[in-house]
Amino acid sequence: MKYETVIGLEIHAELSTKTKIYCGCKNEFGGEPNTHCCPVCTGMPGTLPVLNKSVLDYAIKAGLAMNCSITRFSKQDRKNYFYPDLPKAYQISQFDLPLCENGYIDIMVDGQEKRIGITRIHIEEDAGKLIHDDYGNMSIVDYNRCGVPLIEIVSEPDLRSPEEAKIFLETLKSILEYTEVSDCKMQEGSLRCDVNVSLRPVGAKEYGTRCEMKNVNSFSAAFRAMQFEVKRQSEVLDGGGVIEQETRRWDDVHGISTVMRTKEDAHDYRYFPEPDLLPIEISDEWIEKIRATIPELPEARRQRYVGEYALPEYDSFILTSSKNMADYFDACISLGASPKTVSNWLMGDVLRSMKEMELEKIPFEPSKLVSLIGLIEKGTISNNAAKKVLAEMFTDDSEPMALVEKLGLAQVSDEGELKKMIEEVLAQNPQSVEDFKAGKGKAMGFLMGQTMKISKGKANPQVISKLLSEALNNM
Amino acid sequence: MKITKEEVLHVAKLAKLNLSEEETDTLRSDMESIIEFANTLSELDTEGVVPTAHARYMVNAFREDVIKESYKEEDILKNAPLAEDGGFAVPKVVE
Amino acid sequence: MYKYTAHEIRDMIKNKEISSVEATKAALSRIDDVEETVGSFITVLGDEAIKSAEAVDKKIASNEETGSLAGVPMALKDNMCTKDVLTTCASKMLYNFKPPYDSTVAKKMKDADAVLLGKVNMDEFAMGSSTENSYFKKTLNPYDITRVPGGSSGGSAAAVAADEAYFTLGSDTGGSIRQPAAFCGCVGLKPTYGAVSRFGLVAFASSLDQIGPMTKDVKDCAMVLDNIVGYDCQDSTSINTEYKSFEKNLSSDIKGLKIGVPSQYMGAGIDEEILNSINASLESFKALGAEIGEASLPLNKYALPAYYIISSAEASSNLARYDGVKYGYRAENFEDLSDLYLKTRSEGFGKEVKRRIMIGTYALSSGYYDAYYKKAQQVRTQIMQDFSQAFEKFDCLVTPVSPTTAFKLGEKTSDPMQMYMADICTVSVNIGGLPAIVIPCGYDKAGLPIGIQIIGKHFGEQTILNAALALEQTVKKVRPQIGGIE
Repeated sequence: MKYETVIGLEIHAELSTKTKIYCGCKNEFGGEPNTHCCPVCTGMPGTLPVLNKSVLDYAIKAGLAMNCSITRFSKQDRKNYFYPDLPKAYQISQFDLPLCENGYIDIMVDGQEKRIGITRIHIEEDAGKLIHDDYGNMSIVDYNRCGVPLIEIVSEPDLRSPEEAKIFLETLKSILEYTEVSDCKMQEGSLRCDVNVSLRPVGAKEYGTRCEMKNVNSFSAAFRAMQFEVKRQSEVLDGGGVIEQETRRWDDVHGISTVMRTKEDAHDYRYFPEPDLLPIEISDEWIEKIRATIPELPEARRQRYVGEYALPEYDSFILTSSKNMADYFDACISLGASPKTVSNWLMGDVLRSMKEMELEKIPFEPSKLVSLIGLIEKGTISNNAAKKVLAEMFTDDSEPMALVEKLGLAQVSDEGELKKMIEEVLAQNPQSVEDFKAGKGKAMGFLMGQTMKISKGKANPQVISKLLSEALNNM
Repeated sequence: MKITKEEVLHVAKLAKLNLSEEETDTLRSDMESIIEFANTLSELDTEGVVPTAHARYMVNAFREDVIKESYKEEDILKNAPLAEDGGFAVPKVVE
Repeated sequence: MYKYTAHEIRDMIKNKEISSVEATKAALSRIDDVEETVGSFITVLGDEAIKSAEAVDKKIASNEETGSLAGVPMALKDNMCTKDVLTTCASKMLYNFKPPYDSTVAKKMKDADAVLLGKVNMDEFAMGSSTENSYFKKTLNPYDITRVPGGSSGGSAAAVAADEAYFTLGSDTGGSIRQPAAFCGCVGLKPTYGAVSRFGLVAFASSLDQIGPMTKDVKDCAMVLDNIVGYDCQDSTSINTEYKSFEKNLSSDIKGLKIGVPSQYMGAGIDEEILNSINASLESFKALGAEIGEASLPLNKYALPAYYIISSAEASSNLARYDGVKYGYRAENFEDLSDLYLKTRSEGFGKEVKRRIMIGTYALSSGYYDAYYKKAQQVRTQIMQDFSQAFEKFDCLVTPVSPTTAFKLGEKTSDPMQMYMADICTVSVNIGGLPAIVIPCGYDKAGLPIGIQIIGKHFGEQTILNAALALEQTVKKVRPQIGGIE
């Protein structure tokens, strides 16, 4: 590789507060156009913004989770530009005094830990939406999203490949989920990403000229966009050309990026402090109060699962991939179940079913899974039967035992009953008995299979194995 | 402090204003005299002076995260010069 | 009946001596007589006003509780949003705008059971000192209809002076209540910044705008002020504090009141007749027991350039929302979005508004922010310190309001700098966020009113109202001729 890739990311996350940042309208995705609006968020003359305190709580929480220092005295600024989705023709944001600064996130790349710097996190308001289809040469503007609170997270240009960047995004997403500050649904736009890519000769100290890419709508699209940009820039440099500082638009359908704005066209936002809002003073008490609400974050949990429960790294990663899953796992363990067993069930059948049914949450409580595991351990049902019960648990909220009865999956473990069956099998298969006596190992398996057949699969395999052996050995 | 015609046109572009030749001329000289006047501020030494954003020192004006009923769609669109399907209609934006 | 003061009307209605309908009809009839000459109103709410008055009368008749301004007919400057009533800011840009909500002050007036007669004229978007910048009409000074009523609250002042309304509300960013009050011989008060909610006041310069009463006398002023001050959670810059009743605590006893006269205001550029009138008023104050001393506000001359930078910059941003998309005027022929913005804004805004937008945009643009806006805000801090020092020695400051009395229509429209210089006595008050009241203290040779300004400390409204009341009692009021109608 002649060139070193340098990537920095700007992520916008919608905060999941109940109301918008500067007015009391509902902060909710969807809805008929302009039905979650008021004069404030539609920029009517004479209206004024009032800051939602929860926005600061959430932003501080995100900042602390990313190891940032919280700015004790900050303010909001106006970013002025004209666009139909911006009703006031300015966005209230933060310019030179962002709420959080100088943080970091640790990510795992190829088994190695790497620290990625977070330059800043600031609060701002979201704009509305332009709807283009079906209107010929017109677009229509919907202000429902206008005023939804955002945090903008800017990373240091510490990422060195599209792969690293993707891991960073996933790690960031899980932190935001764990702290419950955003529901991180890229498909609903509550998580958005702009990518900055530059190249420099390997070993060079100076950064190359960077290009910004917008319209990246998923983590995989981000990956493709970054790959494309690295290739594009390499080709330009290889050909002796020079990289122009541009803002480019990523077209995921065609897999190319096109120029949106050159440096010359860059906006002059004319930032100045928002005179309708007061400065923000954050006290130590406030910060500590928020810090106390931060749950065990993914990284810490993974370390605990590996350290305390001796689970493999891979398992830990899957289990902590969502806060839901990790909390669920912890709940099962606290009810006494064995970590490895729970882990196997969650990573296997549970996740598989969730994917098939497109579920985000496990629909039955941890106690039910623990109960099910208990039934296997007690011998009430076989492993295979348990899988069937589990599948049923996704749609029927009865207790596992009730489902076992409903499906008639109870294992027969009663020795008396099983002895009768074994007698029947042995009587019906004299040849196999002979084969067994002759030392043919397969005969045992066949006889077990026949016993299972008579019992309609309900016989407890361990018990028939024991009884069959005894019976055969006594013949 | 001179202000050129180009600067006037650049500012007009930022402010989304169309200016006729005559307007550009008049504004150029108006702006020049007003900015010249504003330059008298440079006579004052403001080293280390904190800019005043508000007449009185106040911080932390907040509201609680409590939902307030939104306005009806028809009230939001009532004054719209052109509305379509519940939204404000604008010429299509070429990305 | 139209000649009565607002507090007299309030008392008469309260005592059931007259009905609100009578008071309202008297005002409407007066409007009928003089409006064609004076032109104070953009919108007159004839039938609606009578309906409101009838509703108040009904409440009073059934001894229901009523607000503290029950039945008193008044008018609001057309930059204060009134639900479902035309609010134009005297601009083509909002020629058809009917807000779906009330400004806080409009709501307070409704809660006080006052009767809205209509919306009064102003300079477009409150930018101007003569009301000549109105898109709809010119308002004439009731004292001399060849002259301006002042601005930007010219309609508010003229309506009170001509007895078309018993009181009005105006707004003041750089003198827009006080200067028209002086020109039209009525009382005008700009409260401490943050005392009156700005919610629903169409913004001009957010850190300077304040709403205030414009009335026939000082007692009316105190009465109206009582009804508009107060914390508003919808305005983050609104001050969270309790206010004692200004009207109840009015007193003309000013013995021992320390009055400062800033030398920088009393010099070159002010008409001699005005200086004489101010000096005569100072003698009156002395005779009433006040102590007069010389004050100094050395940074005063910087207030004007600081004001123009701050107000233009904030205005350029506040007025960016007028783009033909959500409300108001929209150009008819445009090719694309950019064209829509350009044409709408160029056709919808008047000359003065465009000028301020241009200055403001320039001052905030890349490379200039530090030299202009930031610098102006720093100078602002220093000017506030200047005032603090002066208020260590004095309870209030007395100054002229304007270098001249009402000037002739068209006299100052050609040179913007000339117009701006006329604000020299008033802008520093907005820069400092201080309260100030203007009352007529005399009349010049031509019979035009001369105003005197009394500036108070932050929340010093009671002090300046009392001083004004004391002086008012020594001044013989002359009624305007309104071109012979009177």
